[in-house]
Amino acid sequence: MKFSENWLRSWVNPDLSSEALGHVLTMAGLEVEDLAPVAPAFNNVVVAEVLSVEKHPDADRLNICQVSVGEAESLTIVCGAANVAVGIKVPCARIGAVLPGDFKIKQAKVRGVSSSGMLCSAVELGLATESDGLWLLPEGAPAGLPLREYLELDDKLFTLKLTPNRSDCSGIKGIAREVAALTGSHYDPIKIIEQQADFSSQLAVVVEDKVACPLYCGRQVFGVNAAVATPVWMQRRLERSGQRPVNVVVDITNYVMMELGQPMHAFDAANLSGSITVRRARKDEALTLLGGQVVELNEDVLVIADDDKLLALAGIMGGMDSGVETTTRDVFLEAAFFHPDAIAGRARRFGLATDASFRFERGVDFAATRAALERATQLLLAICGGKAGEITEVAASLPLRSPITVRVSRVARVLGIVLECNQIAELFTRLQFEFVMSGEVFSVTPPSFRFDLSIESDLIEEIARIHGYDVIPALAPRAALTMLPDSELQRPLARVQQLMVTRDYQEIVSYAFVEEQLERELCANLNPVVLQNPIVSNMAVMRSSLLVGLVSALRFNLNRKQPRVRLFEIGACFSKHADKYLQTQRFSGIAYGSISPEQWGLVAKPVDFYDVKADLQALFEPRILRFVAAVHPALHPGRSAQVMLADKTIGWLGELHPQWQQQYNMAQSTVWFEVEVDALTQSTVPRMSEIAKFLPVRRDLAVLVDESVSAQVLIDAMLETSVVQEVVLFDVYRGAGVTPGKKSLAFRISLQDTHKMLTDAEIEPGISLLIEVLKKQGAQLRM
Amino acid sequence: MEQLQQIQEQALAQFALIGDETELEQVKAKYLGKDGSLTALLKGLGKLSNEERPAAGARINVVKQAIEMALSQRREALAQVKLDARLAAESLDVTLPGRGNGCGGLHPVTRTLARIEHLFHSLGFAVSVGPEIEHDFYNFTALNIPENHPARAMHDTFYIDPEHVLRTHTSPVQVRYMENNQPPLKIISPGRVYRVDSDATHSPMFHQVEGLWVDEHVSFANLKGVVQDFLQRFFEQDDLQVRFRPSFFPFTEPSAEMDMSWRGGWLEIGGCGMVHPNVLKHVNIDSEKYLGFAFGLGVERLAMLRYGVNDLRQFYESDLRFLKQFN
Repeated sequence: MKFSENWLRSWVNPDLSSEALGHVLTMAGLEVEDLAPVAPAFNNVVVAEVLSVEKHPDADRLNICQVSVGEAESLTIVCGAANVAVGIKVPCARIGAVLPGDFKIKQAKVRGVSSSGMLCSAVELGLATESDGLWLLPEGAPAGLPLREYLELDDKLFTLKLTPNRSDCSGIKGIAREVAALTGSHYDPIKIIEQQADFSSQLAVVVEDKVACPLYCGRQVFGVNAAVATPVWMQRRLERSGQRPVNVVVDITNYVMMELGQPMHAFDAANLSGSITVRRARKDEALTLLGGQVVELNEDVLVIADDDKLLALAGIMGGMDSGVETTTRDVFLEAAFFHPDAIAGRARRFGLATDASFRFERGVDFAATRAALERATQLLLAICGGKAGEITEVAASLPLRSPITVRVSRVARVLGIVLECNQIAELFTRLQFEFVMSGEVFSVTPPSFRFDLSIESDLIEEIARIHGYDVIPALAPRAALTMLPDSELQRPLARVQQLMVTRDYQEIVSYAFVEEQLERELCANLNPVVLQNPIVSNMAVMRSSLLVGLVSALRFNLNRKQPRVRLFEIGACFSKHADKYLQTQRFSGIAYGSISPEQWGLVAKPVDFYDVKADLQALFEPRILRFVAAVHPALHPGRSAQVMLADKTIGWLGELHPQWQQQYNMAQSTVWFEVEVDALTQSTVPRMSEIAKFLPVRRDLAVLVDESVSAQVLIDAMLETSVVQEVVLFDVYRGAGVTPGKKSLAFRISLQDTHKMLTDAEIEPGISLLIEVLKKQGAQLRM
Repeated sequence: MEQLQQIQEQALAQFALIGDETELEQVKAKYLGKDGSLTALLKGLGKLSNEERPAAGARINVVKQAIEMALSQRREALAQVKLDARLAAESLDVTLPGRGNGCGGLHPVTRTLARIEHLFHSLGFAVSVGPEIEHDFYNFTALNIPENHPARAMHDTFYIDPEHVLRTHTSPVQVRYMENNQPPLKIISPGRVYRVDSDATHSPMFHQVEGLWVDEHVSFANLKGVVQDFLQRFFEQDDLQVRFRPSFFPFTEPSAEMDMSWRGGWLEIGGCGMVHPNVLKHVNIDSEKYLGFAFGLGVERLAMLRYGVNDLRQFYESDLRFLKQFN
């Protein structure tokens, strides 16, 4: 909501500076988004009439002008503008004037000719960013009048950020009423007189949906001159309200809307046939709007129609075929109250946001609808002439304004401050609320212009608002002290994050929406969760894995010459199953480049599967993860595994497929993992077990196995043997002495009995048993 | 006698000249070894009479002890020289960088969230979280925002289907929490939220922390107290000014916008208010008995102010040169 301060002050004029007034509005919930002068500061600029123009004897492009500034003596001014001509009215900066940019006008000689001022363009006065010469003022501008006065430039523009509940402030009248309530200043509404009908003919109006349109007022005005110019004062106020000039009749309806908050519409009566009907649109009806847009309608859209055709989208926008043009002679003016429920959301559905829909969907003062029609008639007759007919009014049941109970004790409880009955009564009076007081209980009837007051809390807010939010103290709450539960079965995620940080990974946060193609290629996700209205096409589907975000972040950093990138991210991943959305929190990391930062004394070794596997295992300590070779579309088929925890698959680990590494210009291998956060944060309460009193016996065993035999199989088999306490794989060897296709695995085995020291006699059979077990798995003992 | 004296002098002089441990042991043998000169003298004692023997023996022993002491001193001196040489050879350039792994860091939003959670935890607020794809009912209807309400347009919602949205705020978590817990309730709900908006100060995805306190005696004055306390502690500025001005949210009444003083002006920092009775009604909490307040804070906004970040989009670019600054 944008408006001129001077316009507001013609209604209510508190003794406050513009800034102070702005502060009062902001602190009352009418946030002033912007407060700016209409024109920058300048002085000594007056309206001037050019009396004569002569070529400068010594300069081709300059003219010597005689200029009248309303005084007996004319001024001689040298002017370089191409559009200077005898008889034009232009702004003239006189000697002593200071223009924007601290440009001072002095008596000067221009190529030998004395010049007593400067004729100005709009740019020189800071009122435009470009111009093609002198600013030509209307012919009737009185020479000598200060320009600021003539154009009413000593004015400021207020821009309010109106919240949806305060539609009552979408007109000067409502803002003035609010300012009066806030400041106690006198409020001076304009007088609206009832226009006596010049003729009795009325256009019949039928309202089919009286719930959607409980009040409709219309009136014919015949014989208007719609070709006259809109009066300058009205143009100025409209322009300062951000309204585009259309034609005088439309300007008048817009003016009434800006002034009173009641949207209006004017139809060209010559284009109407038969009576006016307010009804629901029929399925498949269409209407061409004023802007040329064609909208397809259905039954929940309210329209204005005549006997033949649709005329307007009620409360939103008029149709192209029935609008007023400068050639229009007869006008039908409409002022109605459309119920917010009948308008809300409809404009948005058609991609529209009009001044009318803004007001109607929030609520318009139905008690002032007829007065707005009178006001528009009054202005129309005064400006365009013509004769007015009788008002047709169709009224049904208007919104009820039931009294609301407000308890003084509840006010104190909600706000935390005690207000006396008489204080509350005074606040209600300032707000123009009707109320009855009975003991400590008020019964308040909300006014017709407020649509946000239906329960006690709403009125408590009004009390707080006018009393002043800043007067309410900030108090520490008082409550019983109890501790929060703290389960040890849950490991704080922060601790896991910290583990990742100490292993040299940097956390990132990436968007949860990704490019559909990447989801398909890297995650084989053919059925992603799709956004209906993505912000850009490459953020159109919800991620099913954190992989895409991490790969993108890796590429971003590689493109910025980072040689080593280790990232992790935690976030929700989304998928659709039947008609349910699954949302799983995942924890994922990616590593690229050397295993340690570049440094002296360490040979740079590119990160591989096992480095990242160690990182992942560390996150889960002391729980043991298992890894099962499996194929993933993003990963190297021979270097990827599903991650298992207690027989449940919880994620993936693997090296990025060479195909993607090549496509993404990754010179070295990239290793990625992803696991479910739930699995990571599960924990158990530790229970101590007896420490063995005897030291374990260690034996080393080296075996030869086929490449296809996984180390895990051998380890599992050995661990099943009773005396084996721990098995550590300490060497994997291929090469001289080992047949191709085989590998040598060396294990250090700890044997222990908790109750006694193992003797050689017990150890040897144990080892023999192990060797048997290993042989069963196809292993061959190496000596 | 003279011979003894001579042996002692000769031994001591010789020891002093030796600079090598092995040589020292060889020279030692010349005196104290099996065929050493002093050993020979000791062996010669047997030829002496019983009367002469003790005195002669004692004289030889004095010399022997003197030689042994000189030997041991020389050994120690030589060992010291050797150690000194070793230490000198082993000295390091202590300014060379340490070896091993580096250290990563947390995202500034995580850092900020941790700080927020920590501060509210100290007041007894528990953390509650909820889904990001949210049912229309929880995101809007249960929060007193019926279909077609103009407030829905304020939210610039991402739609998944007609009934599901990407949550536009973390307020639905409050509803879900109140459905399953009885007052008194005191939670914060941190998390990601989504709005169709993108520029230097708006991101289509960002983080919010919402707080909720429902109890028999909590008031608007308490809401002001808690929010002001939080902002002063978060910015570690006891004189930080916090301003509340009337605003509109369908799920609170009265509602307020919170501003804080910043570089001579006011900066919008979040919204808050007393929980609307309709919201309590939806979750079967008696609004006559219980009152509640709720507030919502933008995490990125707090992080930007605290750490001097000027473009919100930087948080999501994953540029290591940016992220490393917050480690």
